[in-house]
Formats: sequence, structure tokens, C-alpha cells
Amino acid sequence: MNITVIHERKRATEHLSFAGKSVFDLLQQINVSPEAVIVVRNNDVLTENEILNDNDEIQLLSVISGG
Amino acid sequence: MKMACHKCAEKAVIALQHGELCKNHFLSYFEEKVFTTITKHDLLNRKDTIGIAASGGKDSLTVLYLTKKFLKKHQFPSRFFALVVDEGIAGYREHTLKDLEMFCKKQQIELKKVSFREAWGATLDEAHPKINKDTKKKPCTICGVWRRSLLNRHAREAGATKLVTGHNLDDEAQAILMNMFKANVGLAASLGPKSGIKEREGFVPRVKPLYFCTEKETRLYAFLKGFTVNFAECPNAREGFRIAIRDFLNDFEGRYKGTKQSIVNSFLEILPLLKEKARQDTTHPQACERCGEPARQTVCQACALQEVLHAP
Ligand code: SF4
Ligand SMILES: [Zn+2]
Ligand SMILES: [Zn+2]
Repeated sequence: MNITVIHERKRATEHLSFAGKSVFDLLQQINVSPEAVIVVRNNDVLTENEILNDNDEIQLLSVISGG
Repeated sequence: MKMACHKCAEKAVIALQHGELCKNHFLSYFEEKVFTTITKHDLLNRKDTIGIAASGGKDSLTVLYLTKKFLKKHQFPSRFFALVVDEGIAGYREHTLKDLEMFCKKQQIELKKVSFREAWGATLDEAHPKINKDTKKKPCTICGVWRRSLLNRHAREAGATKLVTGHNLDDEAQAILMNMFKANVGLAASLGPKSGIKEREGFVPRVKPLYFCTEKETRLYAFLKGFTVNFAECPNAREGFRIAIRDFLNDFEGRYKGTKQSIVNSFLEILPLLKEKARQDTTHPQACERCGEPARQTVCQACALQEVLHAP
């Protein structure tokens, strides 16, 4: 399936073809620690077990502060 | 599969070590944790005047909001104000300052501003190349020394008996490991929810209400409360060593939930011993002959850096 990932901190958007199922799988695929981000879909905060759907737009809020 | 809150079966927003929580139960869990930290570790009392070190980042907005809420809840008559240091870092601080000003206005919190330019005669951007040429000091070192000095001085001059900071569990776990890896036991004694070895002359004790909150919990709280946080990043990236420790801790926490908490808990067990040791070891700090701030030598580190800056 296709997933769009918006990285809040890097201000970058990434279009992925995703072979996994859950938020946890997605974070693994893009090599991001679940501890370092809050995952949001349509303004809803998702836990790691949440199942993703084709064409989901996922926002990653960075947890780490800037200075 | 949707995870449900273990208290009410609403949709969960976070999975913690002891179970999943929905938005409302997470917000009350977080606030309860902060308030318990304040009372259990005796961080604030009714007679305190409170300065809150603020930057505009999520930790500082959260700690401002919750300190205010705590004082109201417990009907403390304490005067409190936010204190921000403008280091003069182009492309960064002006953004977080704007967020902070808006926040304080909305929350009706008094905001005091001090700047490196006024205090030391130059912004960090201007001072760093010059000081670095003579001393090889990194921007973060200069920044930290100057900021600490100004926060203490201005908090004290405004009558503060406590200085609240937004340090969280991640900051503390990182600092503990960094000190251990570098065998810096002396510095370890200044960690803990309440820092400072003893009531030093002129030193405003620092307290950390977010001490037991992870960085992720704090970010989630700020997000769910709708606090606007800017993601401008300081161009003087953090020390590589700290980043390595941070990533290592996050990796471990992902695999073994509760790691950060355990590191801090074990540290708290030995902290009284470290503080006792430091109490015996330290020579009495004196007042800097330039600025009067507590210092180990006749001239404090902050004034020594200023001297380098203004050397012909
Ligand atoms: S990253 Fe370094 S220079 Fe930038 S604000 Fe933090 S301590 Fe100061
Ligand atoms: Zn609930
Ligand atoms: Zn001095």
C-alpha cells in the first residue's frame, strides 16, 4: 500500500510503498524510534498497534526539543 | 486493531508500561504525576516566589502551564513569573520567543526577558567565533555558562526563591549516563529533582516538576493541549555524545519499556550519598569579584568568557 509520511521537524514529505501493517511496522521501515515521535492521522494520535490503510497520510511530530 | 484505554475503553493515545490510556485519562495521569512530583519532593512551598525558566519549547510551555495550575489548585499565594534568555541565535530563538510571548499573554503570565547582548555585550552568534578562536570552546558551552548565570542572577534579583526548569526524564537519564561514561561523579551531585548541593549564598535552588515525565509524554501533553510549539532547531547542533546517548536510550526504551525510569530510579537511590560526598569535598563557593554570582574561582566562568570576548 501507499503511505504518505509528513515529517514535521524536517518539513519533508515522503511517499512510501509500505509492506507492513501497523504504525510499529511503518516506524521500523523508516528507521524511526517510536520514542522519538508522536504519530498522527487526521488529527488523531495513533498508538503503535494501530493498523494503517492504503493512502493514509501520516504525520510524525518530533518529540525532541530543539536546543 | 485499536487499542483501548484500560480505564474507560475509549481509544488509546499512548501505551505506557502499565497500560494504554485515552486522551482524557492521559491528561489527568500526566498532571497528577507532575503535581505529585512537586509535593512529594517538596519542590515548591507556600512561601516561595517562583521564577520559571522558559524558552518557548514544549517542556517550558508545559511546565509554565502546570506550575500555574498547581499554585491555583493548592491556593498558594506565591508570586511567579517566566524568565527567558535571548541568546541571539539567528533563525532559531526569535521563533521560539514569539511562541513564548503569545503563550504568556494568553495565560496571563508575567514574562521577563534578558539577552546576551545586554548582559555580555554580544549575541552568541557574535561571541562564539571570537571566544572559540582563543579557547576552542563550543557554542553550547558558552551558551550554557552564560544562560545559567543570567537565569540565576535575574531570578534572584526579582526575588525568586525557586527556579523551575522544564527538564524531563529523558534529559535526566541522558545526563546520568553521560556523567557515568565520563566518570564525572562530582557533577552527578547536582542532578535530581531539586538541584544544588546546599543552600549556597546567592544561588537560587532549581526544581524540575517534569522530572518523571518522558520527553514523549511531555510532547503528547503539549500537543493534546494545543500548545503551539515551533520546530526551529538551533543551528549549533547538540553535542554528538549526547545525541548518541539519546538514540541509544530510545532504542533501549523501545525494546524494554521503563528503561529510562529505571536508570533515574537507581540513580535516585544513590543520590543522597553523592550529595553527602560533594558536601564534604567542595570548598565554599565565593562571590565572583566581577558580577557577584556564586563562583569557584575569584572570577566566575561567565565573566571569564566575557573577558576573552572583549580582550583586545
Ligand atoms: S543547542 Fe547549544 S547553542 Fe543552541 S540553544 Fe542549545 S545550548 Fe545553546
Ligand atoms: Zn480512558
Ligand atoms: Zn562573574
